[in-house]
Amino acid sequence: MNDTGLNTVWHDLWLTLTLQGGSASRWVLVAATLLGASCGIVGTFAVLRKRAMMSDALSHATLPGIATAYLAWTALGRDGRSLPVLLLGAALSGVLGVLATQAIIRFSRLREDAAIGAVLSVFFGVGVVLMSVIQSLSTGTQGGLHHFILGQAAAMTSDDARLIAIAGGAAVLIATLLHKEFRLVTFDGAFAQVQGWPVSLIDLVMMALVVIVTVVGLQAVGVVLIVALLVIPAAAARLWTDRLGRMLVIAALIGGVSAYVGVAISAVAHNTPTGAAIVLCAGAAFGVSLLFAPRRGLLARSLDLARLRLRIACEHALDAMLEHADGRYDSHDIARSVRSPLARALLPHSLRRWGWARQTSDGLVLSEAGRARAKAQRDAIAAWHGYLDVTGAAHPGGGRPSADAVEHVLSPRMVEEILRATAKVSELPSGGASRERAAP
Amino acid sequence: MSPMLQNFLTLDLPALLTAMFAGVSCALLGTFLLLRRQSLMGDAISHSVLPGIVAAFLLTGSRDPLVMFGGAALAGVVSAGLVELVRRAARLEAGAAMGVVFPVLFALGVLLLERGGARSVDLDADCVLYGELSRIIWSPPSGVALGSSASLAALPRELYSAGIVSLVASVFVALLFKELRLVSFDAALATSLGFRASVLNLLMLILTAAAVVVSFEAVGSILVVALLICPAASARLFTDRLSRQLWLSLGFAVLTVLAGYAAAVWFPLTWGSSSALSASGMIAAMSGVGLGIAIIVSPKGGVVLTRWRRFELAVRVAREDMLARLYREEETPGRTLVIPTPSRIVAAAARRDLRRLGMVEGSPPRLTAGGRTEAQTIVRSHRLWETYLVHEVGLRPDHVHDPALVLEHLRKSGQPIAPSTSTPVDPHDRPIP
Repeated sequence: MNDTGLNTVWHDLWLTLTLQGGSASRWVLVAATLLGASCGIVGTFAVLRKRAMMSDALSHATLPGIATAYLAWTALGRDGRSLPVLLLGAALSGVLGVLATQAIIRFSRLREDAAIGAVLSVFFGVGVVLMSVIQSLSTGTQGGLHHFILGQAAAMTSDDARLIAIAGGAAVLIATLLHKEFRLVTFDGAFAQVQGWPVSLIDLVMMALVVIVTVVGLQAVGVVLIVALLVIPAAAARLWTDRLGRMLVIAALIGGVSAYVGVAISAVAHNTPTGAAIVLCAGAAFGVSLLFAPRRGLLARSLDLARLRLRIACEHALDAMLEHADGRYDSHDIARSVRSPLARALLPHSLRRWGWARQTSDGLVLSEAGRARAKAQRDAIAAWHGYLDVTGAAHPGGGRPSADAVEHVLSPRMVEEILRATAKVSELPSGGASRERAAP
Repeated sequence: MSPMLQNFLTLDLPALLTAMFAGVSCALLGTFLLLRRQSLMGDAISHSVLPGIVAAFLLTGSRDPLVMFGGAALAGVVSAGLVELVRRAARLEAGAAMGVVFPVLFALGVLLLERGGARSVDLDADCVLYGELSRIIWSPPSGVALGSSASLAALPRELYSAGIVSLVASVFVALLFKELRLVSFDAALATSLGFRASVLNLLMLILTAAAVVVSFEAVGSILVVALLICPAASARLFTDRLSRQLWLSLGFAVLTVLAGYAAAVWFPLTWGSSSALSASGMIAAMSGVGLGIAIIVSPKGGVVLTRWRRFELAVRVAREDMLARLYREEETPGRTLVIPTPSRIVAAAARRDLRRLGMVEGSPPRLTAGGRTEAQTIVRSHRLWETYLVHEVGLRPDHVHDPALVLEHLRKSGQPIAPSTSTPVDPHDRPIP
């Protein structure tokens, strides 16, 4: 592709993204955004209630319904492509799929995973057979039904888009109005039941919302991938926060933006199924969250781990420095207790920064705070060793593998408690330790 | 050779055999996935191998099965690793973690397919999703006998790769049967015995990816899930022994493939339709039908059998209630008792049983000698329970009749179980027979 061609694509994408791409695509964008946001919100509850894969079964189970609705409506002499009719068929067979899953779990000894997988694939298989029936009929075309499998927003008319926008908006509205009830049932269903809430009704509403957004999203995202729009925004939001309210907002944002950008990309770039574009956008958002989310993100976690390692290295170094009468930093000694070269390189800086050592003309020397710290550490270890001796919890073969690991996490309060426990045990007539050991 | 046979050998048999081989590999591996409650992992793998296959094709430009298989196995392992990473890092349940990983990988695969130019060489999203069984045909060179080496060399590639994978899967299961069983039923024990469960898991994963790849061409990526789960699940409903379950699932897989192929290809053509239906879809549908039948008729908690057992129990309880009532009415003439009323069918069956067993005769019904002995045991059991409930459990005497009405029917290997007592009368001062 040459430069101007690339520029045109970017220009087109810009026009589409800023809603200047014609009224039809404008409606499609609005619809997709609302759909994404509603999927994010509804999906949050579904994920928290551990129904992610159930939604997958639901979406795959819609395919035979779509095909049946098309066949039935065509047999009645109408236009089989009417979206409301197709979506009604999809919803009915989707619900049937969920019921079938429940029935398998109830009436056989198969587990949920097998039940979901079986329903998902069998319903999809029936759908594929019905699609081939449609193809073999004289009408010849599949009436654009195959768009329902991988999603093609370009196939949407603006009437379709309006329907989707309304349904998506309604789902957002219902979830917002009922979010208190949903929260209660999601986190503590038994409590809600005791408080007299109609738990199964609320649950049913939640499930109905999943059905609505799934069915409505089929045309844009497709049977195979719609589950991603339910699960990924919720999973990504879970990385950022522990609060339900924030999680809902973040999931709605991620869902809405992914759908918006995905639709725009697939409108501009040919041969890009909308569902795949949307899911990849959501996947990118998830990837960013996984890496950069505070606390839960991989980056934050590895930083935490590195900081802990450095602190432990510092404590080893303090211990080594205490050995010297003048508390000098002797790199030769340090090298014996701190193995990692990276930690050794960072040591002098960290020791100064935490105020445990100061720079003198002789080099790095323990500060008062550092000396106190190192002594406290030794006391803690001594207390711990004493405790192990007295209680007989030490490794029978001699050696105390746990002492080295434990010394870095003993707070002063814990040391106090250990000393108290040690004193109590040694006051026993014959000493707890020997009694324990004497027992055959 | 008749043209019909020729047609069967060249058009139907290769497709049928390929599907059967795919079914065999899937049934063997699916059995273990099912036992470890990892059936959905099969689903996740079947979606996420797509980018591996497409990338392998785009990089090498060849459709060599080994290349495709390498890409698929790699993608399968990567997806399993990603699911684990997401599950731990985001603290999600396994289902949600799969819901994050496999759609993204699948979407990536679709995008690569549609944009990467792989479309031109009959690798397209539709084929991957639904499979193209009808494309697997044998076109031997004309004028040569079908058995000749030239003809055999023209056998479809898919048939070979499906055959090889099913052979590898069978050998894998046969050789490592003991280890697989141990790891599937008690992973903790296996680890403590020093088995590397993770190595076996990895092998399983790679084999599953292989089975998925060869099944792609036969039944498509989503429908392969049907072959992985349904035959194994149906077999699970018929037996508690692993070896029997494996054989059964193999049988079910073969039957499913035959039934599906027949329903999709042979029936429409004999019924005058001009074109066949999707065979892969029909195979998946048939596997569902098979599972449905298994759920209904299975001897291990199947719907029919459970219902029948409940009916038999209801009839026995009704029979015993009737006997006990007649006994009590004999004991205290003029007393009419209210007993729990069973449904009309149950009551009729119970009445018929009583007459047939010679326990009741005449009209109005009277106890025979045999019936009286039987009735005595029931009333005895009832009154013993009442005594127990008052003396040991501490219920009030006017509260024990209803629970005793239930407890009197308890049996252990045909004998009523009731607590013994030394008192000769029950809390209502009636004698304990």
